[in-house]
Amino acid sequence: MSKKSTLLIGTRKGLVIYDKAATDKWVFRKVEFLGLPVSISYVDALTGTWWACLDHGHWGNKLHRSFDKGATWEEVAAPKYPEGEEIKEGVPASLRYLWAMASMSNGQSSKLLIGTEPGGLFTSDNNGSTFELNRGLWDHPSRKNHWFGGGRDHPGIHSILIDPHNPDRIYVGISCAGVFETTDGGKTWNPKNKGLTADFLPDPHAEVGQDPHLLVACDSNFEVMWQQNHCGIFRSSDGGENWKNISDETGEANFGFAIAADSNNENVAWVVPAISDEIRVAIDNSLCVCRTEDGGKTWDTFRKGLPQGHSFDITYRHALDQDEETLAFGTTTGNLYLSDDHGESWNCLNNNLPMVYSVDFI
Amino acid sequence: MPTVQFTSNLKRFYPDLKETSVKAGTIAQLVDEVNKFFPGIKNYIVDDQNTLRDHVNIFINENMILDRIGLGDNIAAQDRIFIMQALSGG
Repeated sequence: MSKKSTLLIGTRKGLVIYDKAATDKWVFRKVEFLGLPVSISYVDALTGTWWACLDHGHWGNKLHRSFDKGATWEEVAAPKYPEGEEIKEGVPASLRYLWAMASMSNGQSSKLLIGTEPGGLFTSDNNGSTFELNRGLWDHPSRKNHWFGGGRDHPGIHSILIDPHNPDRIYVGISCAGVFETTDGGKTWNPKNKGLTADFLPDPHAEVGQDPHLLVACDSNFEVMWQQNHCGIFRSSDGGENWKNISDETGEANFGFAIAADSNNENVAWVVPAISDEIRVAIDNSLCVCRTEDGGKTWDTFRKGLPQGHSFDITYRHALDQDEETLAFGTTTGNLYLSDDHGESWNCLNNNLPMVYSVDFI
Repeated sequence: MPTVQFTSNLKRFYPDLKETSVKAGTIAQLVDEVNKFFPGIKNYIVDDQNTLRDHVNIFINENMILDRIGLGDNIAAQDRIFIMQALSGG
């Protein structure tokens, strides 16, 4: 059973909050920011601050924080690209999307990080009151000519991982560019894409231009990383130095967006597959979850409780989360599913949500 | 001084928003002045590069502004400025 007792669900029409009742049933508490798209939410374990990233259709991207666990919220200024910066030659850089958040502490101070489209990583030393563009990554020589948009118009940072034993060691996942690592706190960055393949590039093994859809790491062994990539599922056991394709070529576990790594067991992960690439619905119109328990050598497919034969659901990259034996995922058609047995069987918590962008146990 | 009116949709975020007169010779100056009355509202009207957001329109009397990038359209003391949102959504 989940030890955590709240679910934050970022949707196209607001931030939906579920709580686990004393009966262990999950119950709808409320919705915040009704009518407004919430690209992601994030709870900073270091400060206790709740964050919500909004993508107003009309008024731009907004950043809100709460110091009282979602009871009240305040808006803070979203990160700004410095004047004169360019996405590529002749295309001015401006904030398009807030897509990832993380935080770290070196013992004396904490830092908040936000990944954005068009490819800028921003940091804050004052809990989000102001942000600064990370120059090391933004000025990486590969950015202007080898990073590009995928599903979104421009490159975007959707994943940020911080080594729990070394806050100067940070990874980002960028669509489309790949995985980059810094070991000096963000001053310099290096691509970590060896072993990935991008079948949409002239050189599928290009060092930069890969398309990780989501990058995750095992909590108990940070060197074990997984990614659901545009071109399959990959795992690294050496901190991204080498990636191995662990897709199930004859099964379902290939294309998708979301991936969850078990917190305790470095060999266990889950994905929610979809049909690549032009269609993007559940495979055979049947929703399933795949789990590996042997580091990707084999995959099991689970369907119990999920719609079969009439489903169009796909699951976006941030919309799958795990806590102990409990997993939850939300879909593009507004369904929210929960499993208390490691993903083997599922219950639907809600059929009537807006499109789901993110799901987080807190 | 020119006066500025706002789409009622902005009142969700700025409940005290009301028609306001500000000292300004261009739309860019007007947006900066309005931001002094309603701190942060500039970020709703323009993006982080001070360019008018795609789904926001500004009218000078009955004419849409011409310079959506620099907001350099001139305004006079008797002008009425309207900050509107495009009719889109879903």
